[in-house]
Amino acid sequence: MSASHDSDTLLLEDIIRPENLVFEKTACLTDNTLSYCPGCGHGTAHRILMEVVEEMGIQGQTIGIAPVGCSVLAYDFMNVDMQQAAHGRAPAVATGIKRVMPEKYVFTYQGDGDLAAIGTAETIHACNRGENITIIFINNGIYGMTGGQMAPTTLAGMRTSTSPFGRDTEMMGHPLRITEMVATLPGVCFATRQAVHTPAAVRKAKKAIQTAFELQRQRKGLSLVEIVSNCNSGWKMMPRKANDWMEENMFPFYPLGDIKK
Amino acid sequence: MKGNEAIAEAAIRAGVDAYYGYPITPQSEVMEYLMAERPHLRTGMVVLQAESEVASINMVYGAAGCAKKAMTSSSSPGVSLMQEGISYIAGAELPCLVVNVARGGPGLGTIQPSQADYFQATKGGGHGDYRLIVLAPNSVQEQADFVSLSFDLAFRYRTPVMILSDGALGQMMEKVELPPQRERMTAEEIEAQYGHWATLGKPASRERNIITSLKLKAEQMEAHNLHLQRKYAQIQEAETRYQSLRCDDADYVLVAYGLSSRICQKAVDLARAQGIKVGLLRPITLWPFPTAPIAELARAAKGFISVEMSAGQMVEDVRLAVNGLRPVHHFGRMGGMITSPSQVLEQIKTLFLNPQASLNGGAH
Ligand SMILES: Cc1ncc(C[n+]2csc(CCOP(=O)(O)OP(=O)(O)O)c2C)c(N)n1
Ligand code: SF4
Repeated sequence: MSASHDSDTLLLEDIIRPENLVFEKTACLTDNTLSYCPGCGHGTAHRILMEVVEEMGIQGQTIGIAPVGCSVLAYDFMNVDMQQAAHGRAPAVATGIKRVMPEKYVFTYQGDGDLAAIGTAETIHACNRGENITIIFINNGIYGMTGGQMAPTTLAGMRTSTSPFGRDTEMMGHPLRITEMVATLPGVCFATRQAVHTPAAVRKAKKAIQTAFELQRQRKGLSLVEIVSNCNSGWKMMPRKANDWMEENMFPFYPLGDIKK
Repeated sequence: MKGNEAIAEAAIRAGVDAYYGYPITPQSEVMEYLMAERPHLRTGMVVLQAESEVASINMVYGAAGCAKKAMTSSSSPGVSLMQEGISYIAGAELPCLVVNVARGGPGLGTIQPSQADYFQATKGGGHGDYRLIVLAPNSVQEQADFVSLSFDLAFRYRTPVMILSDGALGQMMEKVELPPQRERMTAEEIEAQYGHWATLGKPASRERNIITSLKLKAEQMEAHNLHLQRKYAQIQEAETRYQSLRCDDADYVLVAYGLSSRICQKAVDLARAQGIKVGLLRPITLWPFPTAPIAELARAAKGFISVEMSAGQMVEDVRLAVNGLRPVHHFGRMGGMITSPSQVLEQIKTLFLNPQASLNGGAH
């Protein structure tokens, strides 16, 4: 409680008191400070994912896979047993785990470079085998961790450090809607595209993650939740501007909503 | 039984939890045998055909991170593809078995047997300062016996183990005495023994377990490397295995592993019948390498020949062990060609008993 101070000065400990709390961080997140840039969607995605784990009461049965990318340190923040996978190989690692412990909940958390470039084969084949796992796919249209290079999901004309004059689709190929692609596979039971940039979007995304884990519980096959997210550092925009830009440019090409349910 | 089938049957009997693999000649019989045997009905063992060797080694990583006995097998090009994954497994200190039934390279090479993957197996193969324990069987019997041994070593040191075989041993038919069935460990046993590091799902009673090879801070990464090096030193101390055949009074020592050691056994007999004192030092672990016994032999022997089905890879380790004290030569063929006992004897004569011819070369 408050030390000696003037009675008209309000200190932090006067404000942060149990009776004043309106929000509590889930115990499935650790107390470590997030390493993400301010305004980045990764943090929110972490939170709702771990809230679902807590609400379903499966913290003790869940094993997560962190990728190579900005979320490589997801295991510092998610308070469940975790493995860190080589770049792109998270679905293979998840397969290896799930096959020997089919009663556990196994999820991967992957960026677009990880899932849709270097790890495309692992993604498609885990989907095609109908591995009973959940993939959380953060699509920010860029390589965040390595400093903003072009990703397979980079929009046509979008500038990145390796497409400094904008992505020229004739030279560099077209942006990849991989969620639509894998939705065609019978092994995939649920494929959806969400966002976490507004409270309403967060609520919907959380519902989708709940559905994905619920389907995993029912052993229905692979569930994939794509989250279109911002990378304000890579996009070189302030967080607010990045969110506006995302709505104007990313959502038309990557429309939100269920693709397969 | 075929060498490859012996590996597969031994894996079931070793209580292996999971095999993940991708077909490649000359080792496809491993997975074919496993699939036909339906080990999930016998022991509950998982067998899965992956989409690539990249995927299979990462599946092994996942299962090994749960302290399950996980393995894969492949042949040279496939093992090349696995190297990043093997480096991660070594870095994250996970136990597993990788079998390389080697074939001739480089490139797509040939499906014939070869020992040209020695460097890859013993010197790292992937990136970073790490080692694999490498076991080199020379019979179908040992192909079977080494599976269980590999897992014992892998779990004792939490490190990946490789069985380095070759296409001839994989395809060879020999009598084999199969080991008795070892029970797979139960979930409770695994929790009790490995619950302090394995990702089994975090109970409220402990902190979460994390499998990773990442240390962002240089000081931490160096400390981790030092820890690995201490472990490797322990392995060198305790696990060096070799076989010595008629080396006691040998003037000339052949050093050979795997299939080549079988050929050299015959060469020793041929030489001894002609009164030439030849012995054979056969490394069973290629890493750790039997440096000390070779150094010991170098005090009395007059010369060494490293007989390998390669351009001369292990010969470098023999030279390091002999350390300039005696001449060390390489003899071998490449690309899937196999030398014969009489050719080896011929080399001994040319190199050591007829120095004139030796000067004209032919050893390398
Ligand atoms: C085999 C390999 N190749 C390349 C890299 C370098 N690398 C690290 S993260 C990354 C891109 C990650 O981008 P993304 O998956 O989109 O995730 P984000 O950082 O945007 O969250 C790359 C190329 C690596 N670590 N390993
Ligand atoms: S670089 Fe981009 S994806 Fe990475 S933390 Fe920063 S904003 Fe997020």
